[in-house]
Amino acid sequence: MSEDTSSVTPLPVVGHQYARVDGPLKVSGAARYSSDHSFPGMLHAVPVCATIGNGHIDAIDTRAAAAMPGVRKVYTRENIGKLYRVPKSARDAIIDERRPPLEDDVIRYYGQYVALVVADTFEQATAAADKVKVSYKGQQTPNVAVKLSADERPKADTERGNPEAAFASAAVKVDQTYSTPPETHNPIELHASVATWDGTRFTLYETTQAIVNFRGVMAQMLGVPSENVRVVTEFLGSGFGGKLWPWTQAMLAAAAARDLHKPVKLVVSRQMMFHNVGHRPQTQQRLRLGATHEGKLVSLQHDYVYHRALECDYSEDCGEATGFLYSTPNLRVTGGFAERHVGPATSMRGPGAVPGLYALESAMDELAIALKMDPVELRLRNEPAIDESENVPFSSRHLKECLTTGAEKFGWAKRDPRIGSMRKDGLVLGWGMAACSWIAERFPAAASVTFNADGSVRVASGTQDIGTGTYTVLGQMVAELAGVELSKVNVVIGDTNLPPGPISGGSMATASLVPAVAQATRDAIDKLLAAASEGDSHFAHAATDQLAFAHGRVYRKNESPDSGRRFEQVLTAARRGHVEGQGKSEGTFGQPGKKEYSSHSFGTHFVEVTWQPEIARLRVSRVLTVIDAGRIINPLTGRNQIEGAVVMGVGMALFEETHYDKRNGMAVNSNLADYIMTTHADSPDMDVVFLDYPDLKLNEMGARGIGEIGLAGIAAAITNAVHHATGVRVRDLPVHIEDLLASKVA
Amino acid sequence: MEPFVFSRATDPGKAISAAAKSSTAQQGAEVRFVAGGTTLLDLMKLNVERPTQVIDINHLPLADVERTSDGGLKIGALVRNSDLAHHPQVQRDYAVLSQALLSGASGQLRNMATTGGNLLQRTRCVYFRDTNMPCNKREPGSGCSAIEGFNRTLAILGTSEHCIATNPSDMNVALTALEAIVVIRGTAGERRVPIGEFFLLPGDTPQRETVMMPGDLITHVILPPPHPGARSHYLKLRDRASYEFALASAAVVIAVEGGKITHARVAMGGVGTKPWRSPEAEQALQGQLPNEHTFATAAVAALHPAKPQSQNGFKVDLAQRCLTHALSTVVA
Ligand SMILES: Cc1cc2nc3c(=O)[nH]c(=O)nc-3n(C[C@H](O)[C@H](O)[C@H](O)COP(=O)(O)OP(=O)(O)OC[C@H]3O[C@@H](n4cnc5c(N)ncnc54)[C@H](O)[C@@H]3O)c2cc1C
Ligand code: SF4
Repeated sequence: MSEDTSSVTPLPVVGHQYARVDGPLKVSGAARYSSDHSFPGMLHAVPVCATIGNGHIDAIDTRAAAAMPGVRKVYTRENIGKLYRVPKSARDAIIDERRPPLEDDVIRYYGQYVALVVADTFEQATAAADKVKVSYKGQQTPNVAVKLSADERPKADTERGNPEAAFASAAVKVDQTYSTPPETHNPIELHASVATWDGTRFTLYETTQAIVNFRGVMAQMLGVPSENVRVVTEFLGSGFGGKLWPWTQAMLAAAAARDLHKPVKLVVSRQMMFHNVGHRPQTQQRLRLGATHEGKLVSLQHDYVYHRALECDYSEDCGEATGFLYSTPNLRVTGGFAERHVGPATSMRGPGAVPGLYALESAMDELAIALKMDPVELRLRNEPAIDESENVPFSSRHLKECLTTGAEKFGWAKRDPRIGSMRKDGLVLGWGMAACSWIAERFPAAASVTFNADGSVRVASGTQDIGTGTYTVLGQMVAELAGVELSKVNVVIGDTNLPPGPISGGSMATASLVPAVAQATRDAIDKLLAAASEGDSHFAHAATDQLAFAHGRVYRKNESPDSGRRFEQVLTAARRGHVEGQGKSEGTFGQPGKKEYSSHSFGTHFVEVTWQPEIARLRVSRVLTVIDAGRIINPLTGRNQIEGAVVMGVGMALFEETHYDKRNGMAVNSNLADYIMTTHADSPDMDVVFLDYPDLKLNEMGARGIGEIGLAGIAAAITNAVHHATGVRVRDLPVHIEDLLASKVA
Repeated sequence: MEPFVFSRATDPGKAISAAAKSSTAQQGAEVRFVAGGTTLLDLMKLNVERPTQVIDINHLPLADVERTSDGGLKIGALVRNSDLAHHPQVQRDYAVLSQALLSGASGQLRNMATTGGNLLQRTRCVYFRDTNMPCNKREPGSGCSAIEGFNRTLAILGTSEHCIATNPSDMNVALTALEAIVVIRGTAGERRVPIGEFFLLPGDTPQRETVMMPGDLITHVILPPPHPGARSHYLKLRDRASYEFALASAAVVIAVEGGKITHARVAMGGVGTKPWRSPEAEQALQGQLPNEHTFATAAVAALHPAKPQSQNGFKVDLAQRCLTHALSTVVA
């Protein structure tokens, strides 16, 4: 390994703003998303969905459908072919709905796939799917009750001291229950699968945030060796966690392709998106906070329950941040589930922490009010020195600075804490704030980096860009490490034929890629120096260890880098087409054994809402977010992640909720007109500040993830501002006009 | 979607006689005209509308806005919602209509949606749109799923035990306050129907929404000349700031002379099974001082007949606030 690569400083590319390298492809329509893949002879599949939420299939009459024009085959449990289960323990093949599609006749949720029609065109398949007649037996009312109580004794996630006793004797207390509704991921790109089979190998064009895991799942469920499955995701129209793990439409498409020996395309409808491909489960959380009169927390209890689909064990870890966010000697976090007849739940942007921090940060606001203390001050007074839950230091924590910087930039000192007391342009203003946190870890990753004789550099990894900017930041990392222009870096991702890369989830893709890419670059540089020593007469007689590499040039160590030769000249002289280096790094996430550091990102949101009491109109007008997420590789794409999360947070606080009909479990608002999300007109003025302290314990660039943290805490900051403006404390999201009509502020 | 025959009408007479073969012009019509298609195609894809024949009327010469001899406006049935909203005379003389149109749907939808199609848009009741659920409007006699189900967005005025669906249109509320006339050409020639008589209450026939008969083609909407000195305003309240149907809306046309209200027309949206004209509110305003007290009294009177369902009781309060605010805005 070359010693001199560390001298590739100053860093010219990382940390600078670059527009997305794939932007032109996207705006011109040239970027190929999964459902854009089409093949000669390709067939179209449309699933038939259950119209009950709890019961059994009695019979399926496919005759009329099978006789419709263009129909190739109608599949049911009888003829779909062998599909297998994935073990719960599989770490490289994760799936939330482990039951293969059409496996049995039990209906566990409304919308469950019960049959599949394959036809020449999408229209023919849709028309025929309508004609499949399904009759049911043993039909019962599904349980979709909104009130949750844990089915089994809740388990303690983390605990210390004696929280009950400390709470009982605390001078000031808050004891409240908060709830968040089921939320449906609504990325603009529908889930889609295009499956091809050549008699041995499957090539699957999928909408996934994790191609490598997808391959693992499909190999198991189809019962083939994993080398016979290739998964491709060139571009993703976003996922928000809903596309982390595979869903059952992929197995249906692959099984049909296997049976018919034809490529098969299956695009999930928007309505199916509300049942078959995950959602953020509903949560109900009791928070008990005890404090001294001086605002020192003496006890914190967080007991949460979430709903869970039958035969699925996804858990919503609402206490994710509770154990370490604040200092308190006595604490307990417990979690439990309540089974419901709903489709499988899954991760949604900031799973666990996002609903959890809504509850915790609302309770902190209520505590500040009970103490007559400023909410920023309350948080400053409870800043821990170490992670008290794990008893280890933080790798890098700057929450205090997020609090003070945010307060200063927002003008928080001007806040009058009295309800409804602040006015502007005839509107009542409400100011609220909340803190946030999200894990900072790494997944295993592998990558290759290649110097080409044409002057380009290629970086390849089996990861994917889910719309967040991975093509761009990966290019930036390599441009920096290899000392070339960003435009010379060719980023190749989205294919399991490449070295296995990380999932795009948990905000960990960027941080995970850094060590693997750095190692691959160093390896490629070593090979480049060897090529120079061996084949470039310019460096004749120089041993490899007498050469160094900087800014794209190979040079003699005792001379200045400027005297060196560009790598493409070296390769050309050595008559080499390219040199390729490999890199591989272990993950930190979920590793057994005690950690040396607790790694998390932190931040604060400061929010202004406007309230117009005479027409009960509430709007979020201004949001300032301060984020401590290590070194920001690209402030432009980084800011975009935070702003996007804030917009989504406005939706979480004020609009989003899936309603399941209590009679049959159907999501009644399963379309984009009735499932209310934030529009442009609802988006506030946003300002984002990155503190930019590198977290060098996590990786050598000090970069953490930023995809999720922006959504943590924002809902509480909004409802805290709503309380300040209206006097109405909303503990059940989202805030409804119904709630606000109770405001006494005029 | 069911297979259907598609044709393009080049002449109103032929379109009318083709459509006259339909057994009804209401729910279940076998022949449908398509204008912007933003309601019809949506419902056909959901199997709620299943015409066997679809006649494209977009090429009929009904896309003009003309002045009438008495100073009113004659709006062709095919005038797009965006064009109508931005028409200078509409903006000047019928501000309430322009505002109502622009508060509806999205820019893309308004570019497609037509005056005739908007008049006939169907309810957004989620059960009407789902063929797996009972719905008296879609399948008479099958029951109403909304009364025991999700009814937050549905009506509190003009409901029956058979149907509580809201008429979702914004445009229709403004047209009601403006006392528009719907011009219909049918097999028996032309009729002019005041908008107040155009829509029907659900009663025990919620599948019948309007007076439209088989073959009927809406050709125009006529706005009477603006009332001298009157000002108008539309206010729409909803969860988010745009692209959502009204939870409550109000269209008001008010003239004040000598310190008293001399002309008052009040209609509400989002709360009624049809665009809801409120004679009670108009009466409470007529001849009164234009102040908060008068407006609040009118708002209470307007909502007096309200019958809320399990989830939409808040609409009473919200609609009152909406109407009060619309009135104080228009006289400000
Ligand atoms: C997502 C979404 C959001 C929306 N939001 C709103 C909103 O906020 N506010 C609002 O007011 N509206 C809203 N709309 C509804 C929209 O305004 C209507 O769909 C539109 O006005 C219908 O006009 P069209 O020309 O597209 O009608 P079409 O779909 O073409 O026709 C509708 C019906 O009218 C009949 N018809 C059309 N023209 C004639 C004629 N000349 N004579 C006889 N019959 C005729 C057709 O046969 C059909 O039955 C929304 C729609 C969508 C899809
Ligand atoms: S309210 Fe009317 S449209 Fe809705 S389900 Fe009942 S009958 Fe059908």
